[in-house]
Amino acid sequence: MGLEQKLGNMGVVTARLEDLVNWSRTNAMWPMLFGLACCAIEMMSAQAANYDMSRFGMELMRPSPRQSDLMIVAGRVSRKMAPVVRRLYDQMPDPKWVIAMGDCASCGGVFNNYAVVQGVDEVVPVDVYVAGCPPRPEALIHGVITLHEKVRRERMKDWA
Amino acid sequence: MAQIEEVTLDGMTHLVSNRALEGETMLLNMGPQHPSTHGVLRLLLELDGETVLNAIPDIGFLHTGIEKNMEAKTYQKAEVMTDRMDYMNTVGNNLAYCLAVEKLVGLDVPVRAQALRVVLAELKRISSHLVWLGTSALDLAAMSDFMYTFREREMILGILEMVSGQRMMTTYIRPGGVWRDVPVEFEAAVRDLLKIMPRRIDEYESLLTKNPLFIDRTAGIGKISAEDAVNWGLTGATLRGSGVNYDIRKFAPYSGYEQYDFEVPLRTEGDVRARYLVRIAEMRQSVRIVQQAMDKMPMGPVRSNNRKFVPPPRSEIGTSMEALIHHFKLWTEGFNAPRGFVYSAVESPRGEQGVYLESDGGPKPFRVHFRNPSFDNLQVLPVMAKGFLVADLVAIIGSVDIVLGDIDR
Repeated sequence: MGLEQKLGNMGVVTARLEDLVNWSRTNAMWPMLFGLACCAIEMMSAQAANYDMSRFGMELMRPSPRQSDLMIVAGRVSRKMAPVVRRLYDQMPDPKWVIAMGDCASCGGVFNNYAVVQGVDEVVPVDVYVAGCPPRPEALIHGVITLHEKVRRERMKDWA
Repeated sequence: MAQIEEVTLDGMTHLVSNRALEGETMLLNMGPQHPSTHGVLRLLLELDGETVLNAIPDIGFLHTGIEKNMEAKTYQKAEVMTDRMDYMNTVGNNLAYCLAVEKLVGLDVPVRAQALRVVLAELKRISSHLVWLGTSALDLAAMSDFMYTFREREMILGILEMVSGQRMMTTYIRPGGVWRDVPVEFEAAVRDLLKIMPRRIDEYESLLTKNPLFIDRTAGIGKISAEDAVNWGLTGATLRGSGVNYDIRKFAPYSGYEQYDFEVPLRTEGDVRARYLVRIAEMRQSVRIVQQAMDKMPMGPVRSNNRKFVPPPRSEIGTSMEALIHHFKLWTEGFNAPRGFVYSAVESPRGEQGVYLESDGGPKPFRVHFRNPSFDNLQVLPVMAKGFLVADLVAIIGSVDIVLGDIDR
């Protein structure tokens, strides 16, 4: 079946290195256990039994930035929190990605005021924006799959 | 953009004892990125070995300026802000705000709308307690409860989505009633939930209540006496776990709570376990209230007929000139509230959720202030945590059931 046939007698399969690396990166992308506000509750829902993000190799939320590959900014980022978010991002080892979950993290949402950073992309580079207030767990999973597609398209010459 | 300054430990030295500054005891920073703080709470711990001597909360990492933002919006539009405040109890926040607006302008609410408000507020209370149970058990390494509680929470969110179109930020309760009548599937969905919920609560309890590991981690931990609890201004299950019988649904009933037969669960131990048992019992009482409210759900309109404050139904707009004018006026400039101030409170899953509303006679609130239960419940943390281990602190924070959006707003 499947892989055994492709392997043949030699037990070897050929692939481009970048494809192989990208494939492995998408299937064990550990998110950081990092909730800010309302969206964090929906992020927990996405982790729980009904939506089960472990289908995408993401069941392991790491509270430590040192062990995580993906930062899901779930919620509004206040001016007081912004330096903390940046520091957490800096502590994550490369390669790393960021999903801005929800309207507040994407663009400030309904809070256009003195206290809230108008989009977390003022602080950290964002790969995928997920709309919604808060986004449904399905929307977050869609964002994750979009990120996986982006990662699969990455080319070795851009890694550097 | 103005430069943002990071708050360092040096800026907090005036809060700690001299022993810590001399290096006899250890200062440890916990949070704002920590899985057990249920959000972005930062604690400055003063430790002697592993014993907590002091725990100083540093809040404001989620400050959103909601109160100030509401001053710039009309009374109807400001309501969407209240959802995002205590995001575990969105319906309760709407209810508290709408009660205040109704009190300010003197609006009547039809009985059916009142009953619907009770049903949804109690469902949201159950869902909030489910999240609390799942996450605080997770903090004590009981993983499976989280999976079970979120399963039932999805059912409740499904009901909320059915009536309002949104899972969490419903804004379904509006000044003068509710947005629109519930769909026909509503009753069956709620009945289904009521049918399974008591058994499911037994299921959660079978995993925890008599579990010796759970008892070891919770019994006798984070004790607070009834007198202290009252003096620190605690409300909600944190207060009732210490044996003080205070529930706003009983003592100042709103929205027709006086018609329903329910008990206020009390425990006298005042520890983490007592608070856990009170919340479990509260879920059962909420199921009872929803059951009664569904059984005697009156028929009739769900919005007040007072066209000065409540927009007319969609069907009238096409046929009545008055309705068109009212609709246009209400959604462009809003309604003027009489000069004055009101305070109204509801029982949120965390305690007394109060709204202070001041009007200068215009269409926008002059000042809105919230009395948030989490804020008052958090300040007691140094008292509760004193003398316990760092690992117990996790259980104590979980048992107080703080929501950082509620504290910082």
